[in-house]
Amino acid sequence: MIDYNRYLNSSIRSLSPSGIRKFFDIANEMENVISLSIGEPDFQTPWHIRDEGIRSLEKGKTWYSPNRGFADLLKEITNYYERRFSLTYNPSEQTLVTVGGSEAIDLAFRTLVEEGDEVIIPQPAFVCYNPLCVMAGGVPVNINTKNEDKFRLKAADLEAAITPKTKMLVLPFPNNPTGAIMERRDLEEIAEVVKRHDLMVLSDEIYCELTYGGRNHVSIASIDGMYERTVVINGFSKSYAMTGWRLGYALGPAPIISQMTKLHQYGIMSAPTTAQYAAIEALKNGDRDVKRMRDEYDMRRRLVVDSFNDMGLTCFEPLGAFYVFPCIQSTGLSSEEFCTRLIMEKHVAVVPGTAFGDCGEGFVRVSYSYSLKHLQVALARIREFLGELNHGSQAEGAC
Amino acid sequence: MDKLLNLLCTNSQFSVAELSAMLGEPEDYIKAQIKEYEAKGIIKGYQAVVNWEDVEDSYVEALIELKVTPKKETGFDEMAQMCMAFDEVESVYLMAGVYDFALIVRGETMQDIAMFVAKKLSTIDGVLSTGTHFIMRRYKDRGMNLTDTDSKDERSLIL
Ligand SMILES: Cc1ncc(COP(=O)(O)O)c(C=O)c1O
Repeated sequence: MIDYNRYLNSSIRSLSPSGIRKFFDIANEMENVISLSIGEPDFQTPWHIRDEGIRSLEKGKTWYSPNRGFADLLKEITNYYERRFSLTYNPSEQTLVTVGGSEAIDLAFRTLVEEGDEVIIPQPAFVCYNPLCVMAGGVPVNINTKNEDKFRLKAADLEAAITPKTKMLVLPFPNNPTGAIMERRDLEEIAEVVKRHDLMVLSDEIYCELTYGGRNHVSIASIDGMYERTVVINGFSKSYAMTGWRLGYALGPAPIISQMTKLHQYGIMSAPTTAQYAAIEALKNGDRDVKRMRDEYDMRRRLVVDSFNDMGLTCFEPLGAFYVFPCIQSTGLSSEEFCTRLIMEKHVAVVPGTAFGDCGEGFVRVSYSYSLKHLQVALARIREFLGELNHGSQAEGAC
Repeated sequence: MDKLLNLLCTNSQFSVAELSAMLGEPEDYIKAQIKEYEAKGIIKGYQAVVNWEDVEDSYVEALIELKVTPKKETGFDEMAQMCMAFDEVESVYLMAGVYDFALIVRGETMQDIAMFVAKKLSTIDGVLSTGTHFIMRRYKDRGMNLTDTDSKDERSLIL
């Protein structure tokens, strides 16, 4: 018998598997579950975008693309950042097309982080940053964003976490799982600290098109003095409902992008060709689709936030992504207990806040990437669940 | 497009509270707006979308094409009024194209509809010709999927 542990890289072995696996196992095995747990758009990719992918296949475009991505796509990406966020990037030197935003995040860590470098990662956050940071040799330093700050990152908290070893800040806004955004004023305060301590920023802007209440996404790269310190990560998954196409990109200073491109060239060669043809169409003619989906998410968002507040699970108004993050402390249950009982008793799946960092305790992530009809049914069941809980004992707690 | 009307078109049973939440407008405003639409005849009524195929088998619908000679004074309107008057007629549309009117006609049997067309419609003064197309099956109606193939959620990743 081979002892595989002798062969396995010790860093990867020590990465903790998701602590809430047990919960997901229950969710997966149960039938008739009404889920509010999915983290991708429920919309299908708009037809004209799919059609361009199909057409490229019909024309026999089945080869690798250039390492960086097709020139037309690079140009459309930079046009888009100019048009939407007034940021100018050079398509041939500052832009790289990747396999989802996910690959771009991985490349950025591996390109910028050295053994022992500290990377500040606010939580609750998407699950990939800590493990990818560790695999790059970095040390994740997690700081907690708080409900009372609407889960925005505060300059003072950032300042307090900085040590001489700090090299980079991950800025995951609009945020999965909280739905928090950062407005210009918030970013200016963060930028001040970042510049003073000479840090780099990895800005994950994958949800940039999903902001509500008239707030347009602001990229930290557009704050004075931050352009040269920021690697922007973005992609097509959320904005254009293209998760399965696996396409994203990175924008940033040429010396960084060129090293990331080198790594991408050896590890991946090039992002999927068919997806790139579809993405060109998305950027050229997809604005109306983006607006249609955003309006629809917005309506759902209002309904869900209103319902949770009405049920007594207080919930700050999330202005981004497609999640709400209600506080469940008033039930006296832990996040995991809440989710387990909700699925066992009412067959509704939501995700414990602890899946996104320990500080998610006391909260659950509810995705509203579902039809209104689906949401209505699920919300009614959650209301029943709470009614029955209250009938039992009631604990005091406040968020 | 009016968001309130759009929402009511997808589901007229949303509560005022739900509509108010979704649209970010006060409940009183929503109530008043609906009243106004009703008073002005912009909202004509509220109906259920029924999948009749699952209820009774003696139910037939047909689309009837009509070619007519418009009346001198009243154009197509008078002809439309005459068609509308029949209980059998569900819908009357004036069309651009090779024929003038499309009617949706309802009956218990094909025979019913055939007789209706032969005896009542084609005998109207000014009707030049009719074409009857029986509806075999309704897959989607007013935006709703009437089949039981409600698409399954194939998304599998949670985080
Ligand atoms: C915050 C965040 N960043 C990045 C990603 C990765 O997206 P993709 O690799 O599909 O571009 C996700 C996906 O859920 C996400 O939530």
